[in-house]
Amino acid sequence: MSDVHIVGAGIHPFGRHPDTTGLDQGVHAVREALADAGVEWPDIQFAFGGSSAAGSADAALPQLGLTGIQFINVSNGCATGGSSLLSGYWAIKSGEFDLGVVLGFDKHPRGAFNADPEDSGLPRWYGEVGMMLTTQFFGMKIRRYMDLHGISPETLGRVAEKAFENGARAPHAWRREPVDFETIMNAPMVSDPLTKFMFCSPAEGGAALVLASDKKMRELGLSGPKIMGAAVRTRLNGSFEVFSPSLDVERAPSPTQIASKAAYEMACLGPEDIDVAQLQDTESGAEIMHMAENGFCADGEQEQWMAEGRTRLGGRLPINTDGGCLACGEPIGASGLRQVYENVQQLRGRAGDRQVEGAKIAYSQVYGAPGLSAVAVLGA
Amino acid sequence: MSAAVVAESEAPAPPIAEGVFTMRNGQAHLIAGRRKSDGRMRFPMPTGAQAELYEPVELPNAGRLWSFTVQRFRPKAPYAEAGDDRSFRPYAVGYVEFPGAVIAEGRIVVDDFARLRIGMPMRTVVEPFATERGVVSIYAFRPA
Repeated sequence: MSDVHIVGAGIHPFGRHPDTTGLDQGVHAVREALADAGVEWPDIQFAFGGSSAAGSADAALPQLGLTGIQFINVSNGCATGGSSLLSGYWAIKSGEFDLGVVLGFDKHPRGAFNADPEDSGLPRWYGEVGMMLTTQFFGMKIRRYMDLHGISPETLGRVAEKAFENGARAPHAWRREPVDFETIMNAPMVSDPLTKFMFCSPAEGGAALVLASDKKMRELGLSGPKIMGAAVRTRLNGSFEVFSPSLDVERAPSPTQIASKAAYEMACLGPEDIDVAQLQDTESGAEIMHMAENGFCADGEQEQWMAEGRTRLGGRLPINTDGGCLACGEPIGASGLRQVYENVQQLRGRAGDRQVEGAKIAYSQVYGAPGLSAVAVLGA
Repeated sequence: MSAAVVAESEAPAPPIAEGVFTMRNGQAHLIAGRRKSDGRMRFPMPTGAQAELYEPVELPNAGRLWSFTVQRFRPKAPYAEAGDDRSFRPYAVGYVEFPGAVIAEGRIVVDDFARLRIGMPMRTVVEPFATERGVVSIYAFRPA
């Protein structure tokens, strides 16, 4: 079993790019990652890639080079990027391969995602009466959490305020202007208690990583953060997931909680060891709940954490240092890899004026429908 | 007034789907499914190949609000309510816990969204729902 390192990272800026296809944004990211590593596409032995709405990821091959390598398309909802990374991780860890690429890209139409009930195994009436919306799930999950654990609407606003502050410092972010707290709080509701500025939007972008075995990395004279732990886990009976006409009365841990636990165990680390974290923030409520689900604080402590700015740049545990999904938007195929790209920048000390000083251990978590979570822990 | 017209005005609109809810003694009940192997409940009662693994169970009419939100923009297809963005009126959606059975999701009918509180008693009702194909009946929840 080989250690796995991320020896190159590339990104196509997130946002809206009317003249660039999603595929071209993915190819851009791969070329940037290869250049960052200092390797050529013909050196690459395998690839895993995903795109939700911009075609098949392996359509990148004619542009990158038809070298005959193993290329596997990955589709795992919003956790597609995290799932591609895990696939590449195991491909090298198993000893089968030494050098590979994981990539993700997407290009979504404006507005909320519209999902087809039958694709999710649900009756058509569920969508016809107006319940087939991810935004409602987010609103209802945080509404209950706020009631149970004493989280105020202001805390949700502080998450968004921080996201736009950080996005302004990240060249790959989409929204690069700070938004003041009052504007966030007074914006129209999308799905109560979440206002327009507390939700991310579907967007466009691409991200790619070059992975190498320990041996290959040394052989080529490369360097890069080590993947210390990585796990994907799916929902249990009794967890609360998107598109659920019913829930079990007996409640259970979320897929994030069990993926997080598995990744910490692999890494032999705990939440107290993490210096910087990228947590799925499809909306402000998700970041708040994911702080606890990933073990960083107890339920309800987020109220004090946010009031004290502990997750801002310069705080004890900076979270979503590039503005997360709130400032970058969410191109599904690329989003989870964008988190890891940001962690690589942080661990390599290349994050410019959003740099977390002395960051040695970085954490990322992406959650997706219909109820799965992917976690990766990197060590500098 | 002819008998045919009386029948038409008094008959409830057809349900949006069969087997989702039923009326008993003037009260609406959701039809959940209980898995024969372990008693686990889900709503709606599964259809198709899975149906034989479950037996239908009528839920009580009353439960308590578990969580809720308000849908503030008109959903994209397959949302079937007649009208457009301009005629759209926000509606509440939430989960109601039927103790010991299951927590079920539905639209909530309430005059003032600000009245909604987690834990408040709710009851199951049947409401008309106007689609482009005509009016159908759907289940919903109302504060008791």
